[in-house]
Amino acid sequence: MASLSFIIFCPLAAALVIALLPAGLRVLFRLLAIAATFLALVGATRVFLGFEAGGAEFQFVEQADWIRALGAGYHLGVDGLNVGLLLMAAMVGFAAACVSWEIEHREKEYYILLMLITGGVLGTFVALDLLLFYVFHELALIPTFLMIGIWGRGAEREYATFKITLYLTIGAMLVLLGLTGIYAGGGFRTLDMVELQQRVLTHPVAAAWQGPLFGLLLFGFGILVSLWPFHTWAPMGYAAAPTATAMLHAGVLKKVGLYGLIRIALPLLPEGAQSWLPVLAVLCLGNIVHASLVAMRQRDLNLLAGNSSVAHVGFAFLGIASLTVLGVTGAVMVMVAHGFLAALVFGLNGFLYQRLGSLQMDRLGGLLTAMPFAGTVLIAAMLAGCGLPGFAGFAGEVMVLFGAWEYSRWLAALAAWGALILAAVYMLRAIRLVFHGPVPDKLRALTDIGNPWRALPYGLLLAALIGFGIWPRAITDKAEPAVRRILVNSGNATSPSAVAVAGVTTVTADGRTAD
Amino acid sequence: MHDLSLMGLELAVLAAGLTLLLLDLWTPPAQKRHLGYVAAILVGVIFVGSFALLVPEPQFAFGGMYVLDELALFFKRFFLLAAGLILVMSVEFADRFEAGVAEYYALTLFALVGMMFAASAHDFTLLFVALELVTVCFYILTSFQRRRSQSLEAGVKYLIIGALSGGFMVYGIALIYGTAGTLDFAELAAESSRAIESRLLLLGLLMVFVGLGFKIAAVPFHIWAPDVYQGAPPPSAAFLAVGSKAAGIVLLIRLLHTALGSLADRWKPALVVVACLTILYGALCAIPQRNFRRLMGYSSITNAGFILLALGTGEGRGVAGVLFYLGGYLFSVVAAFLVMCLARCGDQDDETCVLAGLHRRSPLLAATLALAMVSLAGIPPLAGFMGKFLVFRAMLSEGGGYPLFPWALGIAVFGVVVSLYFYMNVVRTIYWTPAREEPAPIPIDGPSRLALYAAVLGLLWLGLLPGSLVNLADFAVQALGL
Repeated sequence: MASLSFIIFCPLAAALVIALLPAGLRVLFRLLAIAATFLALVGATRVFLGFEAGGAEFQFVEQADWIRALGAGYHLGVDGLNVGLLLMAAMVGFAAACVSWEIEHREKEYYILLMLITGGVLGTFVALDLLLFYVFHELALIPTFLMIGIWGRGAEREYATFKITLYLTIGAMLVLLGLTGIYAGGGFRTLDMVELQQRVLTHPVAAAWQGPLFGLLLFGFGILVSLWPFHTWAPMGYAAAPTATAMLHAGVLKKVGLYGLIRIALPLLPEGAQSWLPVLAVLCLGNIVHASLVAMRQRDLNLLAGNSSVAHVGFAFLGIASLTVLGVTGAVMVMVAHGFLAALVFGLNGFLYQRLGSLQMDRLGGLLTAMPFAGTVLIAAMLAGCGLPGFAGFAGEVMVLFGAWEYSRWLAALAAWGALILAAVYMLRAIRLVFHGPVPDKLRALTDIGNPWRALPYGLLLAALIGFGIWPRAITDKAEPAVRRILVNSGNATSPSAVAVAGVTTVTADGRTAD
Repeated sequence: MHDLSLMGLELAVLAAGLTLLLLDLWTPPAQKRHLGYVAAILVGVIFVGSFALLVPEPQFAFGGMYVLDELALFFKRFFLLAAGLILVMSVEFADRFEAGVAEYYALTLFALVGMMFAASAHDFTLLFVALELVTVCFYILTSFQRRRSQSLEAGVKYLIIGALSGGFMVYGIALIYGTAGTLDFAELAAESSRAIESRLLLLGLLMVFVGLGFKIAAVPFHIWAPDVYQGAPPPSAAFLAVGSKAAGIVLLIRLLHTALGSLADRWKPALVVVACLTILYGALCAIPQRNFRRLMGYSSITNAGFILLALGTGEGRGVAGVLFYLGGYLFSVVAAFLVMCLARCGDQDDETCVLAGLHRRSPLLAATLALAMVSLAGIPPLAGFMGKFLVFRAMLSEGGGYPLFPWALGIAVFGVVVSLYFYMNVVRTIYWTPAREEPAPIPIDGPSRLALYAAVLGLLWLGLLPGSLVNLADFAVQALGL
């Protein structure tokens, strides 16, 4: 079961089976979805545990012909960069299938789309072929729009659907152009990422192409990850999305853009990266500071969570922009941690919305007495969102900050201020409004998540968040060699940040002890 | 005899058409509708038989007027496949004709013969005759519902503009003959370096391009498309969208890569400008459309733009990309129009809202139409995505040094994003606009179901395993020496 194809095709096969079954078998659809994602999770766990840290080579590789005429192959594999993401994606996929009991109409279509998203996103993370990567990503992206449109909630559902569709398709188009540009403009006859990375060492993409292509990829991937100022789709889209979709999109699918930047854009277009990353460094401050300020003004818990998620990905951008081994490794850690965090927060928000019918914070209060379990978990998640040590997010953010310090002290200082002070302000305020104080009369009859099965997905995500927070080396030890290979191989070692790359080994060690 | 044997496929289709007219005499009126299945089966057999043909070297007939090479063969198969699926669609639609059902099928076959000749044209005479055969058949096919004013209006519009463009074309051919002294493509290519300075020759070529632009529905000769697509019977409109357009494309490819020789490079900038205008016009005008058939008309214009863009910026890869693109387009259009026929969309009320609630009336039709739209929008893993990917690849790998290139690329992206909006709008209507009346299930008979499955399978096959068609297209392009 530790085969990557097995992990991807469990959900996809479930989608096919559900499509062939007659409508109306809702319990069976649900069981199938949970079983498929559980098998995928078991597979991903085995891959994660079986992964040998220390090397930058790809492991669990699977390779087959696909479109020979174009040089595209079915090539899967994991290295330190994506093995953690794979585990995170599988776990969030399982949790998303578990929380889907709230859906009560048109379950058949719902579970088909959910399985397509899960399978697609798992495939995106392990694909080592540009075309395969893109195809899997679209396979996950398009059902998201449909799910928000059909099962979404709130008055602004239609508008949110069209906004998110428009933004994300433009992003995906730019990415497609960039990927095609690397392939065609560079004159390569292959779409295989590993082979391309070897080729560019001797035959780099022409300098005139590097800038525009990196720009395309940066903004294309950036829009997919809600890079400021193209982030406005995110809070609105997540507020309107059904719970499982918000969990999968905010937690997992969004990370594809960051992953793509590290996996594809940095190694294949190193010169383009040099010219564009200062721009990214400034824009990601927009994410961290501006989105946090916006989050402070929110009255709706879901919009607050959406803006805070925009702010958190800013850290991953900052890590990438620093172009240091420490910073980029930190970005990988942030991606994994934020995946668990976002899934947990949106999952619980969905649960609360389902019970309360609204997430207006002024109308809530004292929920901790009515819902001790859900309340405790959400408070823990919110504290993790402020970057509290002991949670996985802290390890990632601190590494990014150390990496960014090498790059620019001003940036690091501003980012730390945005992350720690502002996040604490809005998160603690939300905790006070929602969970403490007197219970409004109409909320007295509320009950907690009684069923331990229903509590399982939240418990699992929280456990992961704490587990990787206590032992971040499980991710960083694996990721670091891969990141080092990308940064050093791609010629960034000869750039001004070479000092940072060379001097980083010692800092990494320090960073870990700080964890 | 050798000349005739090369034209075996065309002759077979012609014989099938004549047989159909004869069979019509002995078929009782109630059964006439099913003659379409006979026609579809005959076309299917010829399609399968065409794979027995192998032409390693281009072969010429009638003094070089007719050529049979891999490119011609590719398009002949394309036309045969399209006609087979569209004949099944015609049977579905035939109960809405008052009379002359068998003639409708026969005319479809004769139009098919014209398209197949166009694929082999190596001479301006054959080019003109083949196109006229196609166009004249379509004059009748578009106005076949003679008591329906919309259908007549479509027919008249097509007739007027078609006749006008035919006039342009024949005048252009006369000018070319007058200046170059030949009608043969290969001889013209040899002459072109000498005649390159002749303004009259350029004017003649321009007029021929006007005629082809009309077939392809490229701006500014597109004006008929939305009206005709809206008014004509759906099978006619589908055949117009796929067959007639592809006939124009194959002739354009032949002209650019065989007949024009060194002149071709001069035409490419004009082609790119026309392509960009076509994409912009089609995409922007499609946004406010409420009528699904009219929307398909604008969609056909946009797609023509993408095809022209690939022809204008790319060399061999561009042509190969276009061949693949047409393959994906074929399945999407057939699927869309077939659903339209079955859902009786456009019988009385033409709004897109007729599609509202389709998923409750027939999940199969709803899913097929949604897949067709998603494919047209260029989303993987469907055929339309691969087509657009190959077009972009051709542009990026061969058009890089071209001055208008960044603009063309930008407009292409803009076109894709805008078209995504209006295609997804159709999907949205199908799945989540509430129906106005109580939904009644739609009965689908066996052959139509088969055609639907064929179209869906085609979309998925070309999207997931495009290798075989890519190879076929590359092979066809090699016949041009690119």
